[in-house]
Amino acid sequence: MQRIGVFVCHCGSNIAATVDVSKVAEMALMEPGVVHAEDYQYMCSEAGQAKIQDAIHEKKLSGIVVCSCSPRMHEATFRKAAERAGLNPYMVEIANIREHCSWIHKDMEEATKKAVILMRAAVAKVNLNTPLKPGESRVTKRALIIGGGIAGIQTALDIADAGYEVDIVEKTPSIGGRMSQLDKTFPTLDCSACILTPKMVEASAHEKIKIYTYSEVEKVSGFVGDFTVDIRKKARSVDMDKCTGCGVCQEKCPSKKAPSEFNRGLNNRSAIYTPFAQAIPNVPVIDREACIKFKTGKCGICSKVCQAGAIDYEQKDEIITEKYGAIVVATGFDTINLDKYDEYAYSQSKDVITSLELERVMNAAGPTHGHLERLSDGKAPKEMVFIQCVGSRCSDDRGKPYCSKICCMYTAKHAMLIRDKYPDVNVTVFYIDVRTPGKNFDEFYRRAVEQYGVNYIKGQVGKVIPQPDGKLLVQGSDLLDNKQILKEADMVVLATAIEPNPDVRKIATMLTASIDTNNFLTEAHAKLRPVESPTAGIFLSGVCQGPKDIPETVAQAGAAAVKAIGLLAKDKLLTNPCTAHSDELLCNGCSTCENVCPYGAITYEDKEVNDHGIREVRRLAVVNSALCQGCGACTVACPSGAMDLQGFSNRQIIAEVDAICR
Amino acid sequence: MQELINRAKELLDNGTVARVLGWKAGDLPYDPEPAYFETAESLKDFVYNGFCGANLSKYMIEASKLEGKTLVCLKPCDTYSFNQLIKEHRVDREKAYIIGVGCKGKLDIEKIRNQGVKGIESIEGAEITDEADMLKIQTIYGERSVAYADAMLERCHVCKGKEHKIFDEQIGESKETKDGERFDEVSRIEKLSPEEKFAFFQKELSKCIRCNACRNVCPACSCRKCVFDSNKFDSSQKANVDSFEEKMFHIIRAFHVAGRCTDCGECSRVCPQGIPLHLFNRKFIKDIDELYGEYQAGDDTDSKAPLTNYTFDDAEPSIVGKRG
Repeated sequence: MQRIGVFVCHCGSNIAATVDVSKVAEMALMEPGVVHAEDYQYMCSEAGQAKIQDAIHEKKLSGIVVCSCSPRMHEATFRKAAERAGLNPYMVEIANIREHCSWIHKDMEEATKKAVILMRAAVAKVNLNTPLKPGESRVTKRALIIGGGIAGIQTALDIADAGYEVDIVEKTPSIGGRMSQLDKTFPTLDCSACILTPKMVEASAHEKIKIYTYSEVEKVSGFVGDFTVDIRKKARSVDMDKCTGCGVCQEKCPSKKAPSEFNRGLNNRSAIYTPFAQAIPNVPVIDREACIKFKTGKCGICSKVCQAGAIDYEQKDEIITEKYGAIVVATGFDTINLDKYDEYAYSQSKDVITSLELERVMNAAGPTHGHLERLSDGKAPKEMVFIQCVGSRCSDDRGKPYCSKICCMYTAKHAMLIRDKYPDVNVTVFYIDVRTPGKNFDEFYRRAVEQYGVNYIKGQVGKVIPQPDGKLLVQGSDLLDNKQILKEADMVVLATAIEPNPDVRKIATMLTASIDTNNFLTEAHAKLRPVESPTAGIFLSGVCQGPKDIPETVAQAGAAAVKAIGLLAKDKLLTNPCTAHSDELLCNGCSTCENVCPYGAITYEDKEVNDHGIREVRRLAVVNSALCQGCGACTVACPSGAMDLQGFSNRQIIAEVDAICR
Repeated sequence: MQELINRAKELLDNGTVARVLGWKAGDLPYDPEPAYFETAESLKDFVYNGFCGANLSKYMIEASKLEGKTLVCLKPCDTYSFNQLIKEHRVDREKAYIIGVGCKGKLDIEKIRNQGVKGIESIEGAEITDEADMLKIQTIYGERSVAYADAMLERCHVCKGKEHKIFDEQIGESKETKDGERFDEVSRIEKLSPEEKFAFFQKELSKCIRCNACRNVCPACSCRKCVFDSNKFDSSQKANVDSFEEKMFHIIRAFHVAGRCTDCGECSRVCPQGIPLHLFNRKFIKDIDELYGEYQAGDDTDSKAPLTNYTFDDAEPSIVGKRG
């Protein structure tokens, strides 16, 4: 029989205001095996931990239950405290009476009842706990960064500067990401290319950084410290070693009708192309869907004009398999599809554009060479209307429930830049709220209004109606004046909501990293572990975790790098001892567990068993505990209940359920 | 049947197989039972007729451990179970010599009795080679006749097909018997209100006498030790709790065979209480078909089963949850 101590935390008033903590302690004494129970204001404090340690010594406790906050918060704290008092850390169980109880209930009597039940379940489990001992695993001292935008580049540079190898995998032909598409950046208005391209060069020149562009992560196996990743290097059709980047092939390519991804489809590019002039690597790729040679077999002009003989139509996709200790996700964002926002006439008029398209229009390397003009007829606009929150802060399922965070500032930037360069253009901004928290942000917005005379109207636009004369009739409301507005505009710019790159779902699945309902990757703790995924060894950088501007992205990229470095700096990792094992006498050898194991930890052996006198050779499951991550998929899939998880055995879980249902 | 017996004798004599797994006559004309035949002489007791519903696949688990090959007679629907057992490494393909036997639908004695036929002495027309559509039944009250189709098992009305999914050779023709849709009854129950559903299953499952016939006959219930018999899970005591059969046993059993059940219908055939147990399994099969695309367990021996496999376009758990 265990000798169990139960420690009930008040968490200040977090728990004690809703749960009668002394009642919980009193009830605990009636549970089987419990020899000690007490409550205290802050169990996690030094004094609280001392109480636990004293009780372990004085009452010769063999197991403890701490009724407190989520185990995500303080399980490690209490395990360490118990270990210092000589108890095996796996003899500690947490009953979460804060997140699961006091924070979500109002009625004290009901909440106390529930807290008692949660305590009871934890006691029932501890009664069946056994001491466990962690093993060790190695750390491959190399990091993988998925995504080569500013977030990925910054994380890569920081990790590489610490002396570790870093590989960047970027799916487009060049690194640079969204930031390379931007013209100027708020709130300082410095040119995006001028601050980004030197970083791109630095990354590509860094001896510790290897860049795989036009490549995608295909498969991930393994676990923290020891991931094995298959990277698909898509066929570029150009030999990267031979190409000198002279650009003749692109000039001579007769197929120039493919929409330019870099310019958001506002103009066309050749079939063999580098996305933009400063691309890294400066090696083009052949878009096989647009290429005449690939479509008809005839042409081959690029091959003829290439002095270096770098064109290779036969090139095939290549799979590179590499080991990594840490993986950083930096997959960034895209703007949402506007199909559900017909009222803004985006698909009907070329003069209704998204803000990201406006960035390209205003950029010297863009489709209009930086001249602000209507894309329908090339005329200079006189009236411009900006519509905020297109798809952001949306209460129905057309858009996103969240604030995209960057739109208020870039719209102020666009308005200011236009008023500065073209003072005869009137600029009107329709907004719900203007949100400018950030260093020098509100000052920036006020400058747009006060100094540059941008007309801000609080209210949403109901409809944009293209007129026969090419103008756009904007129908909106002014909530402050309480009147309807009908306004003619030459161009309308939509501050389109951003969403995580759609590929992230696939990547998150491969990494077993969790994502939220908006496809943003979930952090291990919203406040205390914001750059780590709950999956060990996976780190988050940039907008894949939530909307961010450039300074925040760079800061988070550095933080993710530090966390990755902290992991790579270790020689050995302690492994989780809560691994699965199979009961030889119950195992059917059916392979169900092997099929569901995401870590490839289960194999089969023909083994002689003695089943109550029957000696026979049976096909049996064997778990490699160094590979097993304790996810428990095998234990639920096993039809005969032969698979069991140490620390979370079927018996323990059923004992908990029984205690709850008692 | 004679062709089958002759061939079995030949294979026994030339040493291809060490034994034959088939059926022999029971005490009554309608209850043949599974049997092993180890010599050519013993094959005189061999029978194969419309009442040989028993799926012999599961016997091959033990037969795979014996010396030499076992000739096993499998009807088209039985071959699905055999494939599934190969997939789960429970039978040894090399130890089996499979004769795919023809089938013209199997008979359900209860269906005959329900037509008021009592005191049965003999039945004519149940032979696999009989062309007649009628069964001629001699009873102590005189002769009665019943249409073959009206006496068939439910599973034969929704037959999966005449094709043997695995065999070494085939003997005998099979006949198309399907005249209904497999999921009609499940769809009907799905449309009931939760209270009506509960009442329906309460009524059916309360008949259970926990004889374990369904579990013992089920080819998917092939665990060396069933969780209900194991002292490892504290579930044996729970088995004694009131209404356990109704609320736990059959539901848990259905979950344990989900994705592996081939819908062979043996559970319902052997239930002495006439509980339509196959409905649980069919509900799972229907859900799997709808959520993950059509899947027939036992169609082959190497495909990935939807419930133990993951693909990127798998249904999201929330969608599963919403369906109820």
